[in-house]
Parts: sequence; C-alpha cells; structure tokens
Amino acid sequence: MGASQSTESNLTARIQRHLSKIVVAPSFAASLFFVYGFILWTGYMAFSKSRMLPVWDWAGLRQYERLWQMERWHVAIENLLVFGGLFIVTCLIIGCLLAVLLDQRIRAEGVLRTIFLYPMALSFIVTGTVWKWLLNPGLGLESMMHDLGWTSFKFDWLVNSDMAIYTVVIAAVWQASGFVMAMFLAALRGVDQDIIRAAYMDGASLPRIYFGIIIPSIRPVFLSAIVVLAHLAVKSFDLVIALTGGGPGYSSDLPATFMYTMAFQRNQLGVGAASAMMMLATVMAIIVPYLYSELRGGKKNG
Amino acid sequence: MADLQTYSHDAGWKNTILRGLLYLVLILFAAYYLFPLIVMVSTSLKSLDEIREGSLISLPRVVTFDAWNYAWNEACVGVECTGIKVYFWNSVKMAIPAVLISTFLGAINGYALTKWRFKGANIVFALLLFGCFIPFQVVLLPMSQVLGKLGLASSTPGLVMVHVVYGLCFTTLFFRNYYVSIPDELVKAATIDGAGFFTIFWRIILPISTPIIVVSVIWQFTQIWNDFLFGASFASGENAPMTVALNNIVNTTTGVKQYNVDMAAALLTGLPTLLVYVLAGKYFVRGLTAGSVKG
Repeated sequence: MGASQSTESNLTARIQRHLSKIVVAPSFAASLFFVYGFILWTGYMAFSKSRMLPVWDWAGLRQYERLWQMERWHVAIENLLVFGGLFIVTCLIIGCLLAVLLDQRIRAEGVLRTIFLYPMALSFIVTGTVWKWLLNPGLGLESMMHDLGWTSFKFDWLVNSDMAIYTVVIAAVWQASGFVMAMFLAALRGVDQDIIRAAYMDGASLPRIYFGIIIPSIRPVFLSAIVVLAHLAVKSFDLVIALTGGGPGYSSDLPATFMYTMAFQRNQLGVGAASAMMMLATVMAIIVPYLYSELRGGKKNG
Repeated sequence: MADLQTYSHDAGWKNTILRGLLYLVLILFAAYYLFPLIVMVSTSLKSLDEIREGSLISLPRVVTFDAWNYAWNEACVGVECTGIKVYFWNSVKMAIPAVLISTFLGAINGYALTKWRFKGANIVFALLLFGCFIPFQVVLLPMSQVLGKLGLASSTPGLVMVHVVYGLCFTTLFFRNYYVSIPDELVKAATIDGAGFFTIFWRIILPISTPIIVVSVIWQFTQIWNDFLFGASFASGENAPMTVALNNIVNTTTGVKQYNVDMAAALLTGLPTLLVYVLAGKYFVRGLTAGSVKG
C-alpha cells in the first residue's frame, strides 16, 4: 500500500512541477518578446534606413555615424556627464550627512525621516513643475531675494543656456537625496556596536570612529547608492521635460530626451534607435559588473 | 548607531552646544525639503494678482480655492478644456488594473520559482530580472508599433499592458525574495496532506503574504501613477494619464500663465502618491530599497 501511494504522489508531484512551469511561462514569454525581442528590434532598426517610417533596408553603421555627427547628441552626452556627476556626488554627500546626523538618537527622528524622503514619492513631473516655478526669474527666488533687500541678486539659470542643466541637478538632488539618506541610515544601523564600543574605550573620538571604522564598513552601500543614482541619471527624462523642456534650444537635453525627440518629433527613427542602443550600452556597463559582483558576493556569504 | 551622547570624551556643555547645532542643521534641511511643498500649497491658494504683487514665501492674504476648482474642472489640456479630472480618472483606470494584474502575476511567479523549483528556474528568474534594468527608451519604438498593430495605440488598455509587462520583473523580484525565506516544509507538509499547487497558493501562501503584497502594490502604484515616459509616448490625447496632462497644462504657451492653477494641478497629481507615502511609509521604503535600481 505504501509503495502505490508513493508512486501516485510522485505522479502528482510531476504534474505539479509542470504546473509550476506553465504558470511562469506567460511572464517568461512576455519578457522574451517585450524585453529581449524589442531590444533586438531596436538594435536592428539602428542598422536600418528608417527615418519617418520603420523600414528594414540595411544601412550598416550609417545611423550611428549620423548620431555622432550631431551637435545635439554631443550636447546631450556632455550634459549627462555634468548632470550625472554632480547629481551623484551631491546626493551622496547630503544623504550620508543626513544619515549620520539622524543616527544621533534624535528626537522626532521619524518625522524628520518622513520629511527628508517624501519628494521620492512624487512624480518627476510634479517636481519639475514646482522647481520651474521656484526658479523662474520673474516671480520666483530671484524676486523673493529682491523683496528681502538683496536687489543685485540674479538667478536666471532656467533661461540661461549655459546654466539650465544645473537647475535639473538642483531639482533632482532635492528629489533623490532623501532616498540615499534612507539607504545609509539602514546601513549605519547594521554596523557592529561592539567594534564601535571597543574603539571608544581605546579613546578614539567620534569623528575618528566615523571615518576610521563606520564609513569604511558601509562601503558596499556607497557602491549600491552610486549604481542606483547613475541608473537614475541615465534614465532621467521626465524632470528635464517638465523643468526646462530640454531648453533653451537644446542646451539641457539629455540622451533620454534626445532619443524621444528624434523618435517621436523629428521623424528620425534610425537615429532615435541608435541613441537608445547607446543608452542601453551605458546602463549595461554600470549594471552588469555590479550585479555580477553582487551575485558572486551573495554566493560567498550564503 | 554611534551617537554623541554615548561616545563622547568631551565635557557636558560642549556636548550640549553640539547637540544644539545638530538640531539646527537637521531643521534647516527639513526646511529645504519642505520649502517647495509649502510654496506650492500657498501659491495654489492665492489669486493671480496676489502672486504678481506678493513674494514667493508670503502666505496668501485671501485664501481662495478658485485655482483648485479651475485646475480640476476647467483647465485646458491641448484644446480640450475639461480640467484635469478627466485625466485623473484616466490614471485611476490605468493604475488599478495594472497594479492588480502585475502584483498577482508576481506573486504566482515568485511562488512557482521558489516552492516548485524546476530545472532552470534560476536562469528564468535571472532573465526576467534583466527587464528591471533596461532604459525604457530601448523598447519605445517597437512598442508603439506593436500597440498600433494590436489596435491599442493611445488607449488605456494599451498602457495597462505596457505597465504590466515592465512591472512584472519587479513584482516577481519582490515575491521571490519574500518566499525564499518561507520554510519549504510548509509546502511539503501540505503536499503530503494532498493539497495541490493552487490550493497551497491560495490557502497557505497568500494568507501569509500580506506585507509583501502591500510593498508590491505601493511600489507598482507609485511607479505607474508617476510614469510619464510611457504615457507621453503611447497615450497622448484624451486617454493621457494625469502626469502627461499636468505637463501639458504647465507648458502650454497660449494665454496668461496661471501659476496658481499650475500649482493646484501639480498638487492634485502628487496627492495620491503622497497620501500612500504618508499612510504606508514603511512599506514604501521597503519597496524602494528592494527595487531600487529603477528610474
């Protein structure tokens, strides 16, 4: 009786095991088509003669050549470097500072944390709208400073083609720095208390404890934060559209807005696809090594 | 935690001054984060004349809800002057099905991938996960063609499909990581009692999944509600979601610039996600850190 029961349960188990595959299959198929298929599709489009309409005629590297000959693409790349660099560094500094300050047995820590992090819940379009209003030269911060008596104060970055990209940095830092704070705070809470106590007993001062022990021990979080922020920077689109519209002219364009303009407004599908592939390559260059080291590290620990 | 009170070699009065400074810096930062919100609320409650005369930081002398009313009922998006309410409902109609479908699929995927592991389950998961990291620009052009072929261009069902497809990797990630920590014995015991794949899912797994369901729902809702790229690419016109409509209202070049209406519309767009954040902040942060590699 025991034997027949076990073959029966083996049979059901086999069916169940297939059931598991059947359940995952639709999602897997969707991912194969909508992620991998579409990447190949866009990749092919970048090698085609597509302009206004998608065509399948092979054009070799022509679209990439055209892309790299465009002044506008170079502006977008430079802007990404400026924006990405400043955005990442500023967010890290503010995030780390706030986390350390909040980690001092602060009264009302919960309230402060909520305040620091709430911009992350907003749409970038909302953030862009607010900062556009705050930074507008006519009625915004500039006139506020004039009213306060500082009449020579001038702040026209929003309409200044050399400075417009920095307004994007200001708004983006406002939105994302609280998130970096949350990441660091979680890491600080995980630092081994015994080591800190031992260092203190040895007479180390608080700054030395921080710079010598705590910050080095949360180094992985720095890496994670940098990867997350870099990823955010490359994909930044909504904020630029809402804040500067890529302007004045195309002075605050980023690759994401460049791609959108080419694909949906300028009838340059091929160039749009080529720029999208460049963006993918950039993100992969950041993400793949990171994920690889994470997964390897995970195996080591597990 | 390494705080001043516990770890200081200095005299008491020096510590008191330092702690005072500490609170001052924290309050200044709080002011920095709150400033845009306060200005937004105060501007939305002013009349246009008061905005032109007064200062950014001055509170409204006469509180008026005209701008809110105008933004909700009358503001023009393109040539349609129906107010942002139409687009609010578009966003609701898009977000609710997309959140529910993607969360459900994520739950059952996560369950299958951890409790009924088949050969290659890890590879399937890794391949699914990749979708979380791509810049969506790389799928925009094919997607707009496919949506056109399916007759879903510029429609809410089309947007629901897009959000489900690209939200799946996150929801699967959430549930998979949650179910990994649930002991397999729970499932094994139930199989011995004769329970099958779906019975165990409904009776045993789902009832203990509440925290991760909340995380997934909040994450997906925030992402989908705040999305602009897909909305702008695939649903312009009368089916546009609220973020697209807001951007339209704010960046319109015709007529007098109504800053108070812009701010009211921005607040209306931000309110649903802000509300979720205030009510369930803990779960919001958990989602952020779990699915943080996303733009």
